[in-house]
Amino acid sequence: MEYFLEIFLGGMTRGSIYALIALGYTMVYGIIQLINFAHGEIYMIGAFTGLIVASILTLAGLNSIAILVLASVAAVIYSAAYGFTIEKLAYKPLRQAPRLSPLISAIGMSIFLQNYVLLAQTSDFLPFPSLIPEFEFMDPYAHIIGSAEVVILITTAVVMVLLTFLIKFTKIGKAMRATAQDRNMAMLVGVNVDWIISFTFVIGSATAAIGGVLIASHIGMINFYIGFIAGIKAFTAAVLGGIGSIPGAVLGSFVLGWTESFATGYVSSDYEDVFAFVLLVLILIFRPEGILGRSTTQKV
Amino acid sequence: MKKKSWGKSVAVAIICMFAVFAMTGTGIAAETIKIGVAGAHSGDLASYGIPSIKAAELVVKDINAKGGILGRKVELLPEDDVCKPEVATNTATKLVSKGVHVVLGHICSGATKAALGIYNDSKIIVMSPSATNPALTHSGNYPNFYRTIASDYVQARVEVDFALDEMKFKKIAVIHDKGDYGKGLAELAKKFLEDSGKAEVVLYEGVTPGAVDYSAVIQKIRRSKAEAVIFGGYHPEASKIVMGMRKKRMKTVLISDDGVKDDTFIKVAKKYAEGVYATGPKDTSENPMTIAATEAHKKTYGSDPGAFFLNAYAATLALANAIEKAGSTDYDALSKALKTEFVETPLGKISFDERGDAIGVGISVYQVQNGVYVELK
Repeated sequence: MEYFLEIFLGGMTRGSIYALIALGYTMVYGIIQLINFAHGEIYMIGAFTGLIVASILTLAGLNSIAILVLASVAAVIYSAAYGFTIEKLAYKPLRQAPRLSPLISAIGMSIFLQNYVLLAQTSDFLPFPSLIPEFEFMDPYAHIIGSAEVVILITTAVVMVLLTFLIKFTKIGKAMRATAQDRNMAMLVGVNVDWIISFTFVIGSATAAIGGVLIASHIGMINFYIGFIAGIKAFTAAVLGGIGSIPGAVLGSFVLGWTESFATGYVSSDYEDVFAFVLLVLILIFRPEGILGRSTTQKV
Repeated sequence: MKKKSWGKSVAVAIICMFAVFAMTGTGIAAETIKIGVAGAHSGDLASYGIPSIKAAELVVKDINAKGGILGRKVELLPEDDVCKPEVATNTATKLVSKGVHVVLGHICSGATKAALGIYNDSKIIVMSPSATNPALTHSGNYPNFYRTIASDYVQARVEVDFALDEMKFKKIAVIHDKGDYGKGLAELAKKFLEDSGKAEVVLYEGVTPGAVDYSAVIQKIRRSKAEAVIFGGYHPEASKIVMGMRKKRMKTVLISDDGVKDDTFIKVAKKYAEGVYATGPKDTSENPMTIAATEAHKKTYGSDPGAFFLNAYAATLALANAIEKAGSTDYDALSKALKTEFVETPLGKISFDERGDAIGVGISVYQVQNGVYVELK
């Protein structure tokens, strides 16, 4: 039973890591039907910003919680700026172009950012300080769930609640939903669509950056390539849950995390990805729109 | 129309000129002993291949200064294979057509395997400073292949012997990264453990490189009650596994390979790296020939030698020695000389066994102690 709980919580942590990244994919898709392949790179840039800021602050001698908070804030700001710029440079000029063009542009952006970080930093793995402290009261349970994992779970939950609140109950959230439903109509009733799209990229990038910093300090190392693998998995999770749907992305991430974790725990980690993708195929066969996705008629 | 034929005749003239040069080239070359140097000389793995050219250059400079081998000067013919099997076959064909007598190379196991058949057909001896894949010598398909690096077979043997005889472990988990190198090592380690009958392999699994975390695998190791984990693979996965185990308060010992015996591992895993065991080539930095070779490299190239430099240095010496002892570059005479004659090299006194693996090139066990790898005697 304890083993089951360990595997369950491990899968949940992994799921919440995917969820923080998957949110960005799903929000952007929901609003402009674009799969933003550069999103994984935003996550990676967030982690690198966190590392740089944390290194500087460690020299200044702050305590680790203060460093964690400040590094996260810096990463959020920096990544949000990247998200904003990428949208303006790579996607906005292609807004009226066929859907394939921004997709290729996104892949190009992803390759560009990876290589940029590779050249600007290094191709080696860099150690990331464990900014999340080991809480003493957690010590008896450390073999089941670590402090870092608890912090990740709580942060993800808080981010979800805030995001849901933002979208459901604020004016800007209403404008976002309107833009997602029908961009032209939203424009006609006075929504500044360009601004809303930029805002979506900024929010998506910010959650990815939080994920980047938390995961890097949990795992303890980063390199320029981490965004690619995490991005692919998070994208899978978003599709699984129904791309475009925010609760779907979260649910899809948890389902994916659990599938992988249980596959490893009870079968073999050799088949981790096999199980994950078989599940994806099955869900897409029986529910092509994803677990919580809405089927929409193709616009002509 | 007129202009075109003018261009053609110029082209023909140029080709003729080159042909003449090429002929004179072969005319002189009949006198020299030609050593092909094949490996990654460009591309992202160039850092593995360039040091072997430099090693060969240094050795050959010495030999030629003393009048060459059997009164013949030695000439090096470097050829790039970018560590890609599909390029390596071209590289091999090129070297064969240039009439090389022996080849130093290739660097990567995959490229070496692809090229060996071509050399074998032309009866050319090949000696690699770095290809560690066990099948290269153990399959028996390549009688013309030799190497001055211990194969993964030896490495797995040392890991297992250490775990069983030194540490007396009874329950061992074998984990690998699903890659050619890591999985190959892990399979051998598992086989050795099972054959010994002294310990039980409680878990045998591959992890996905680059996955966000390994918590499920680590829980599994914990549940298996393994006393030690033998890991086949590279340092990023090893550090994730060891950090995960220590954070879960597990004291399971990690024993790994030369993919982990890398300073980056200690840099990344920091305090969690303490006590980790890893196998790697024997430390030969005290050997006077090593010191001399390193000095010569610094003097000639102005930098410290790179990866596999000493292995390549030793390989060039072994080839030169074999040609001298055999009295010719004849394939059978050379094979016999390589297997019977010992030669003094920076790696120690070496010769080759029936399969082509170097005798006298050893693997040691290292342990991380206070942030550095220390060789265990």
